[in-house]
Amino acid sequence: MSTFTIAWRELRNLFLSPLAWVLLAVVQFILAWMFLASVESFRGNPAGVSGVTDQVAAGLFSIASIVMLLVVPLLTMRLISEERRSGSLTLLLSSPVRMSEIVLGKYLGLLGFLGLMVLMLLLMPLSLALGTHLDYGKLLACMLGMLLLVGAFAAAGLFMSTLTRQPAVAAISTFGLLLFLWIINWLGQGDSRYQGVLHYLSFTDHYTTLLRGSFDSVDVAFYLLFIFTFLGLSVRRLDSARLQA
Amino acid sequence: MATENSKPLVKVEGLYRYYGGRCAVHKLSFTLDKGEILGLLGPNGAGKTSTLQMLAGNLAPSAGSIHIAGIDLLDEPLAAKATLGYLPEVPPLYPDLTVDEYLDYAAALRRVPHPKRAAAVANARERCGLKDVGRRLIGNLSKGFQQRVGIAQAILHTPSVVILDEPTVGLDPIQIREIRELIRELGHEHGVILSTHILPEVQAVCSRVQIIHKGRLVFSDSLKGFTERMDATSLVLECRQLPGVKELRALPGVASVEKLDSRRARLRLATDADPAEEIAGLAMKGKWGLRGLSPEYKSLEQVFVELTTADEPQADAEPAAMRASSP
Repeated sequence: MSTFTIAWRELRNLFLSPLAWVLLAVVQFILAWMFLASVESFRGNPAGVSGVTDQVAAGLFSIASIVMLLVVPLLTMRLISEERRSGSLTLLLSSPVRMSEIVLGKYLGLLGFLGLMVLMLLLMPLSLALGTHLDYGKLLACMLGMLLLVGAFAAAGLFMSTLTRQPAVAAISTFGLLLFLWIINWLGQGDSRYQGVLHYLSFTDHYTTLLRGSFDSVDVAFYLLFIFTFLGLSVRRLDSARLQA
Repeated sequence: MATENSKPLVKVEGLYRYYGGRCAVHKLSFTLDKGEILGLLGPNGAGKTSTLQMLAGNLAPSAGSIHIAGIDLLDEPLAAKATLGYLPEVPPLYPDLTVDEYLDYAAALRRVPHPKRAAAVANARERCGLKDVGRRLIGNLSKGFQQRVGIAQAILHTPSVVILDEPTVGLDPIQIREIRELIRELGHEHGVILSTHILPEVQAVCSRVQIIHKGRLVFSDSLKGFTERMDATSLVLECRQLPGVKELRALPGVASVEKLDSRRARLRLATDADPAEEIAGLAMKGKWGLRGLSPEYKSLEQVFVELTTADEPQADAEPAAMRASSP
């Protein structure tokens, strides 16, 4: 109950600042441009091996994931650090609310916003349904992959935001962590000892499987584990802040 | 509830708080009963804010126990916090929200059931003088109004204990008077703990006073006992024709005389002497042209110095000035 109160407030607070609107507009514009480009390239080569869903939708979602990598840290940076800095976190801490409810509330609020972003992204390939036949199963897998990916981004960002009072520091650390997990499998390509671990930890591998349209519980479990780990760490961190500060 | 009547609203026992190796709060114990306004007095850095943060569940104590309305704050934080309203030093406000939005959110967090929420918000707004600013953004309000929103947030779920950390800091004199009036009002139905480093504030609103110095409780008594402690140690005599120093020195109960100007003199009194009436009588008889005779109270600094220096040698023993006021 308190979780949803906090989540709803968080979501509405996001829309009270220009940041959310500007991000929505900029991301939508950039992705629309890329969408147009991929539609054009598909039109120039309609006899390609893959269908329109694979080439246009999966391509768009693949690029969008990199845009999200840049955008999510900007949204998560203020979640806790700003509240701690301005002192408004006290309102939550002195209310009859559990730490887990605070963390989950903040997370779900942000997830609501990111869900909206994904939905707006989805609208673009969906518009192709007016003129051609789409593989909705694949599209659904793409959307699921995207949601899990931004969910993982947001959980990591939330944790980073509990570590510091400076939103900028939180943003940079989040971006660093996410980018690292993005490129982690670049190393150990030839070495089979590390390859398995590094590939498992990599964001890209799990995401691309989903973009291909294959729903593998390993990939879904990876993202869910990642999310729960970082949410758990955030709760622990807030609890220990009460002991230390 | 039966427990609420028999038990004190707040019961703090052996509270310690360390920041690294530094001890901010040392073995603090006190109680607060319903209808009491307890003033926590101390110089800056005495440990007042740390104490209040621990009472509000924002800070975990290093040792000791806190009971709010008979509920252990450390064991059952949620139940204890539900009976608690807290205004920290910096009001926990969201500048992007309107007063109404903010108070509604605070009420929801405090588990005020939805149908009663609007009434609770309206009531808190009225009590804190926020009637006309409900639709304004908090960020655009003046400091005084923001402070009031902070207080409204602390009382809107009608908690049995209200904790206010320096509630009048940064306000103008009129606002200070209004806030003090509000605190006095709160004292009728709630137990109030407030911290301050301003002496007149304690005298204006509190029914009990505790002085904290370097994290230790050095004084705890009712306001009456506190005022006695602050009692006059000197009189200022103002006459049209002030007698000579020698003559004044000879007055009953006067230990020394300090001439302030041609009309006024400060008479330092011997301990336990209260010769004001006598002196007034003599002044009438001697036709000095008495204009005024007023007691001079000790300043807070003097009391601090007295209390703290007196306790220094036996620092680890129970505070010497602690009187048996809390049952």
